[in-house]
Amino acid sequence: MNHLLISDPTLRDGSHAVQHQLTMDHILFYAEHAEHTGIPILEVGHGNGLGASSLQLGKSLVSDTELLVQCRARLTNTKLGIHVIPGFATINKDLNNALDIGVDVVRVASHCTEANITKRHIEYSRNREKEVFGVLMMSHMASPAVLVEEAKKMESYGAQAIIIMDSAGASLPVDVHEKITALVHHLDIPVGFHAHNNLGMAIANSITAVESGATILDGTSRGFGAGAGNAQLEVLVAVLHKMGYQTGIDLYRLLDFADQAESLFCTPPHISSVSVISGLTGVFSGFAKPVERIAKQYNIDPKDVFFELGKRKIIAGQEDLILDVAIWLSHHAK
Amino acid sequence: MNDNNKLNVAILGSGNIGTDLLVKVGRSNYLDCTYFVGRNHDSHGIQIAQSLGVRTSIDSIDALIKDSDSFDLVFDATSANGHNIHAPIFKQMGKISIDLTPSNIGEMCVPAVNLEPCLNFTEISLVTCGGQAAIPLAYAIGQTQTNIQYIEVVSSISSMSAGLATRNNLDEYIETTEKAIGKFSGCNDVKAIINLNPANPCIDMQTTIMAIVDQPDLMKLQEFIDQIVLDIQMYVPGYQLIISPTIENGRMIVMIKVKGYGDYLPPYAGNLDIINCAAISVAEEFAKKRSNKGGYHESSVN
Repeated sequence: MNHLLISDPTLRDGSHAVQHQLTMDHILFYAEHAEHTGIPILEVGHGNGLGASSLQLGKSLVSDTELLVQCRARLTNTKLGIHVIPGFATINKDLNNALDIGVDVVRVASHCTEANITKRHIEYSRNREKEVFGVLMMSHMASPAVLVEEAKKMESYGAQAIIIMDSAGASLPVDVHEKITALVHHLDIPVGFHAHNNLGMAIANSITAVESGATILDGTSRGFGAGAGNAQLEVLVAVLHKMGYQTGIDLYRLLDFADQAESLFCTPPHISSVSVISGLTGVFSGFAKPVERIAKQYNIDPKDVFFELGKRKIIAGQEDLILDVAIWLSHHAK
Repeated sequence: MNDNNKLNVAILGSGNIGTDLLVKVGRSNYLDCTYFVGRNHDSHGIQIAQSLGVRTSIDSIDALIKDSDSFDLVFDATSANGHNIHAPIFKQMGKISIDLTPSNIGEMCVPAVNLEPCLNFTEISLVTCGGQAAIPLAYAIGQTQTNIQYIEVVSSISSMSAGLATRNNLDEYIETTEKAIGKFSGCNDVKAIINLNPANPCIDMQTTIMAIVDQPDLMKLQEFIDQIVLDIQMYVPGYQLIISPTIENGRMIVMIKVKGYGDYLPPYAGNLDIINCAAISVAEEFAKKRSNKGGYHESSVN
C-alpha cells in the first residue's frame, strides 16, 4: 500500500507544550493553514483530549466548545478530529456536544491494557456515523500479544482503525516493528502509530511503523507536542515522499506552513535531560512540565521524580501522583 | 428480623462488589445474607456463596420477586442500568434498597457525613467508590472554607479491581460523583476523573481532592479532616490521609489512600472496601433501628 493517512495533532498534543494555553488566534491561524496545506486530519483539544481541562492536568485557556466551533468553521477538506479518554470525558457532558458541533474523526483512547473502557464511547460515535479510531496509549507498557488482544476489543466495538501511541517516547524501532507487525497481521482494520521523541526515535519509529504495515501516522509541526515532542510533521512527510509513499500533502506548502507556525507559537521542543529520563523510565511525556514545577517547589531532582514514577508504573492521567512522589522523595531520598 | 435477631439481607449481583459484600455480611452481628443472586452459574461469586452455605440463584431480580419474604433489605451490586430497572421493583415490594451502582437513584449517603438522616429513607444510594472516599473531604472543604470556586476529585484504582460493569459505567461514575461532590460541598463547579492503573503488583486505591478557594484556611481544614478521617476509620479501617491539606500551584490539595480488608480481592482493592463498608454500616444502622423498635413485625418498612 502506497498511500498513507497523515493526522496532525499539533493543536492537541502541542497543548501540553504550553500547559494547555494555546490562544484562539494561534488556533485559528493553524486551522486555516492546515486546510490550505491539505492536512487530511487536524486533531484539536486539550492535551489529554475532550473534557480533560482540569486541575489534575491543567486548565485549558480555550474551552472545548469554543475551540471546536471555531475550527469547524475553518475546515472543509481537512477533517476535524478529537481525542477522547473515557474516565475524563463522558458521552452526555462532552462527546455528544462535540459530535453536534460537527467533529469528523473521533479517536477514543485508553491506557493500552484497558480497551474495554472505550466500548460505549466508540459505539456511540459510530452510531452517530462518525469515523472512529481506537487509540492504545502508553503502548510500551504492553506486549505485542496484549496489544493485539486489546485492539481486537476496540475493533469489535466498531473502531475503524487502531492507533498505538508511544506516549512516553520509550520505544525503539525493534519494539515498534514487533508491535505493528503483530497488529497488522491480526486486525482487519488499518493500523497507525503516534510517536514521541524522548529518545530521538520519533521519525525512525514512524518509518519503522510504516515499513511494518502501518498506514496512519501522526506528526506535528516542528514536533510541537508533549515532552520532547512528536514526529516532526514536515520531516516525516519529506522522508515518506523520498521513500515513495504518498500523503496527498504538498511538501512545499507544508514547509512554509511550519515556518509560519514556528514564528507564531510552535516552538521546536528539544530533548531535555528530563525528557530523556521520561523516555527511559517509560513515564508519560506530558508529565514533563508538572514534574519540573513540583520538583522545584520541593527542591528535588526532577530525574529522581521520573525514576520513582516509572518504578510505580504511573500512567497518563495520574498527574496527582507527582506530588505524592515528590513529597515522599523529599522525606526519604536524602 | 430473623430468629437470631439479625436483619435478612439479599445481595443482587455476583461480581467483585457483590462477592466482597457477601464476605463482609458474613462477619456482621446484625445482618444475615439469606439470598445471593446473580445471573451466571459459573460466576466465582455464586460458587463462593454456595461454599459458604448461602442460598443462591442465577435468576437475577426474578428470584427476589418470587421469594420476597426471604429478605428485608437488598444490596444492588449490578450496574447503573440494572438498578434503574430494579429500583421501582424494590420500592413496590416495600424493601429497603442500598444501591452500590452509580445509578444516582435514592438518597445519597456517606456514613461519615449523613448516616442518621438517611435512615428515614428506603432508597439509599452509596454514590460511587470515589464518592465515598472524596465526599467527606469535599464536605470538610465546604464546612471550613469560604468562596470555594471549584472542586475536583481524581481517583486511581487498580485495573484488577474493576469488573466489566464498573468499566461500562465510567460515565455514570463521573456524573454521579460530580453531583454528590456538589451537593455535599455546596460548590457548583465540580469535576470527577477516574484512572484505571494496571500495574502489577496492584496499586492501592488513591483519591485526590483539589480545590480553588479564595483564601484557603489550611489549619481549619486540617482539624476538620483529622476528625472526619477518624469517623471514617470507624467503618473503613484502611482509610488513610496521605497528603495533608497543601497548596501547590494555586491548588488546595488533599490526598487519601484506602487499603482494603482483603475480603474477596486482596487489600489493593480499597475501592471495593470503601463502598462495601459504607453499605454494611448503613444496613447495620437499619438493623439496629429495627431491633430497637422491637422487631420486624412492628416496624414500618416504608
